[in-house]
Amino acid sequence: MTTLQTVFAKAKADGRAALIGYLPAGFPSKEGAIAVATAMVDAGCDVIEIGLPYSDPLMDGPTIQDAVHRALTNGTRIADVLRTVEGVAKTGAATLVMTYWNPIDRYGAERFAGDLANAGGVGTITPDLTPEEAGPWREASAGAGIDTVFLVAPSSTEARIKAVVDSCTGFVYAASLMGVTGARDSVGAAAQGLVERTRSHTSLPVCVGLGVGTGRQAAEVAGYADGVIVGSAFIRRVLDAPDEASGLASVRELGAELAAGVRG
Amino acid sequence: MTTHEGTVLTAADLAGNGLHGNDPDIHGKFGVFGGRYVPEALIPALDEVAAEYDKAKNDVAFLREFDHLLRTYAGRPTTLTEVPRFAEQAGGARIILKREDLTHTGAHKINNVLGQALLTKRLGKTRVIAETGAGQHGVATATAAALLGLECVIYMGAVDCERQALNVARMKLLGATVVPVTNGSQTLKDAINEAFRDWVANVDRTHYLFGTIAGPHPFPEIVRDFARIIGVEARRQMLELTGRLPDAIAAAVGGGSNAIGIFHAFLGDEGVQLHGYEAGGRGLESGEHALTLTEGSVGVLHGSRTYVLQDEEGQTVESHSISAGLDYPGVGPEHAWLKDTGRATYHGITDAEAMEAFSLLARTEGIIPAIESSHALAGALKLGRELGPEATILVNLSGRGDKDMGTAMKYFNL
Ligand SMILES: Cc1ncc(COP(=O)(O)O)c(C=O)c1O
Repeated sequence: MTTLQTVFAKAKADGRAALIGYLPAGFPSKEGAIAVATAMVDAGCDVIEIGLPYSDPLMDGPTIQDAVHRALTNGTRIADVLRTVEGVAKTGAATLVMTYWNPIDRYGAERFAGDLANAGGVGTITPDLTPEEAGPWREASAGAGIDTVFLVAPSSTEARIKAVVDSCTGFVYAASLMGVTGARDSVGAAAQGLVERTRSHTSLPVCVGLGVGTGRQAAEVAGYADGVIVGSAFIRRVLDAPDEASGLASVRELGAELAAGVRG
Repeated sequence: MTTHEGTVLTAADLAGNGLHGNDPDIHGKFGVFGGRYVPEALIPALDEVAAEYDKAKNDVAFLREFDHLLRTYAGRPTTLTEVPRFAEQAGGARIILKREDLTHTGAHKINNVLGQALLTKRLGKTRVIAETGAGQHGVATATAAALLGLECVIYMGAVDCERQALNVARMKLLGATVVPVTNGSQTLKDAINEAFRDWVANVDRTHYLFGTIAGPHPFPEIVRDFARIIGVEARRQMLELTGRLPDAIAAAVGGGSNAIGIFHAFLGDEGVQLHGYEAGGRGLESGEHALTLTEGSVGVLHGSRTYVLQDEEGQTVESHSISAGLDYPGVGPEHAWLKDTGRATYHGITDAEAMEAFSLLARTEGIIPAIESSHALAGALKLGRELGPEATILVNLSGRGDKDMGTAMKYFNL
C-alpha cells in the first residue's frame, strides 16, 4: 500500500507536483470504474480519489452529477466502493475515498474507517464536513490509521484556514474557485493566493482542485501547489467516448498530458 | 421597542431567542440536531448572514421596517376564523383557524421572505435565489424582490413546475427567472441542491433566501424568528376570543416553517399540545410518502443533522406527496429536537385524508385551503374526535388553495 506521505515525498524528490485523479465508484460500471482508474494510474496519476456516489451531490457540477447518477442507477453500494478501492490500491496508487458525510455517518464512522483501511484505502476527503463537526471522524480515522483531508476555499478567512489545516492529515485540498466541480477554461485566479495563505498555516502538502482539465492548466498549478486534482475532465472523456475501449484510450491520453503538465 | 404605537411586532416577538430556552447553541445545534454540513466555501457567507442577523434583530430601525411591511404590505395581523360547520366532523370540538391564507401572496411564506429580503439589503447584496416546492415560497420571494428591486432566480423541480404551473406564471410575471430542475426526483430536494450550487458560485452578490427552517445554521433560527409572528399573534387573539389558550395546535410540516411559526410562541405553555402533520402520501405501506419525522432516521441532509428519509447507506429516499410543499425527505432540526424532547408530536396524513379535508372546508366554510394546510385540517378532525367536544383546537391555515386548482380538478374530476 502506497501512502500519501510516500507519494508527496517522491514527487518532491522528483521536483514536480503529484497528479491526483478522481472517479466515482460504479462509473461507467462497477468493473469499468476499476478499469478507468487503472488507466489513470497507468498514465501517471499518483493518487486516486474514488467517489462514493451520493443521491444529493450539492457540491458537484453537471459532469460529476451525471456520472454519480449512472453509478447509483447501476446499483453501486458502499461494498462496491470498497471493492473499487481494493482494486485500485493494488495498482500502487495511493487510494482515497471522496464522500459527502451522510453515507459515512449512517454506515458508522468507526466501521467505515476500518473497512476502508482493510480495503487498502489511505484516507478520505469529506467536502461537507467542517472542522466543527469533524471530531468523531478524525478520531475514527486516526484509530484506523487513515488520513483525513478537508477543504479550504478562496472565501476562507485565516482563522478558518487554520481550523481546517489543523484537522487535516495527508494533504490539504484547496478549492481553486468559488463554485462546484467541473472543468473550466481557466483555473481560478484565487488559487495561487489561497495556496500561499494555506502554506503559512501548515507544512502539509497543499493540492489544488476544481476546474483543472488540461496539461497547460496542470503545469500552471504545479508551479505553486504540491498536487493537481482532476476529476470532471477524466469523466468527460469516458462520457464522450463511443465505446469502452476508446474511452480508456482517451483517459490514458488525458492522463499522459496531465502527467507531463505536473512535470512542468 | 416598547412604545411603537399599533405595532404587531416587538423585538421580543421577533427574537424568540432566550425567551423560551429553545435556542440553538453557537454552532446552530438544537440538542444533537442542526449544525452546518456544507462546503467550506459557504462558511464565511453563513457567518456573514448570522452576524448581520444578530445585529438586525436588535436594531429598532430594522424591526420597525419589518413590522411596517408586515402590516402595510403583507396584511398582518391575520384574523382568526372559527369554523363550526367544519368542526361538526371533529366530534364537536371547537376549531379555530389562523388565517395565513389571507396574507399577500397567499401563504405564511411571505413573513420569512420579507424579513430575509430586508436582511439582503443590509448585507449589501443585489440578488436573491430561492428554492420552491409548491411555488409559494418562490412567489413570495419574487414578490419581495420586485418590491425591493432585487434580481431574483427561483429553482423549482420540473415535476413541481408542472403541478404548480400557475405559480410559475406568477413568478415570471413578477420578474423572476424560474429555473426548472431536472435532476434527481425533480422536486424540492433537488431544487435546494441546485440553489446551493448557484450560491457557492455567486455568493459575493447573492443571498440564498431559504424558505423553510431546514438547512445549515443560521437558516433554521432566522426563518423561525421571521415566521414566529404567526404564533405571537395567534396567542394574543386566542386569549381575546376564547379567554384562554387552546388545548392543541395543529400545523402541516414540510420543512417545518409554518409549524414552528405557530408553535414557538406556545412552547412555554405546557398545557397546549403541539401536533405536526406530515404528508403520508399513498400510505406508509406504499413507501410513497414524506413521513420524515414519523418514519425517518437521523442523518444529514442539506447541511443539517435532522430526521431524513434515507436507506441504510445514507442515500436519500425520494418522498411523495400530493402537495408539493410537503414533498420533502428532510425537516427542520428544531422539529427533530421537539420530537425527541416530546414537546411536540408528529403524525402522518394521507393524500386521501388531506383531499377530503380540503373539500370539506370548501363546502362547509367557503374557504379553499392549500393542500399543504389541508393536512393540518385533517389532523384537527382526528384530534377533535380524540380530545372530545370540550376541546379547542387552533389550526394554522398556512395558505390558500388557488394554486392547487389543477390538482383538485384532476383529483375530483371537476
Ligand atoms: C401553504 C403552505 N403550507 C405549508 C408549506 C410547507 O412548508 P413548511 O413546512 O416550511 O411550512 C408550504 C410550502 O410550500 C406551503 O406553501
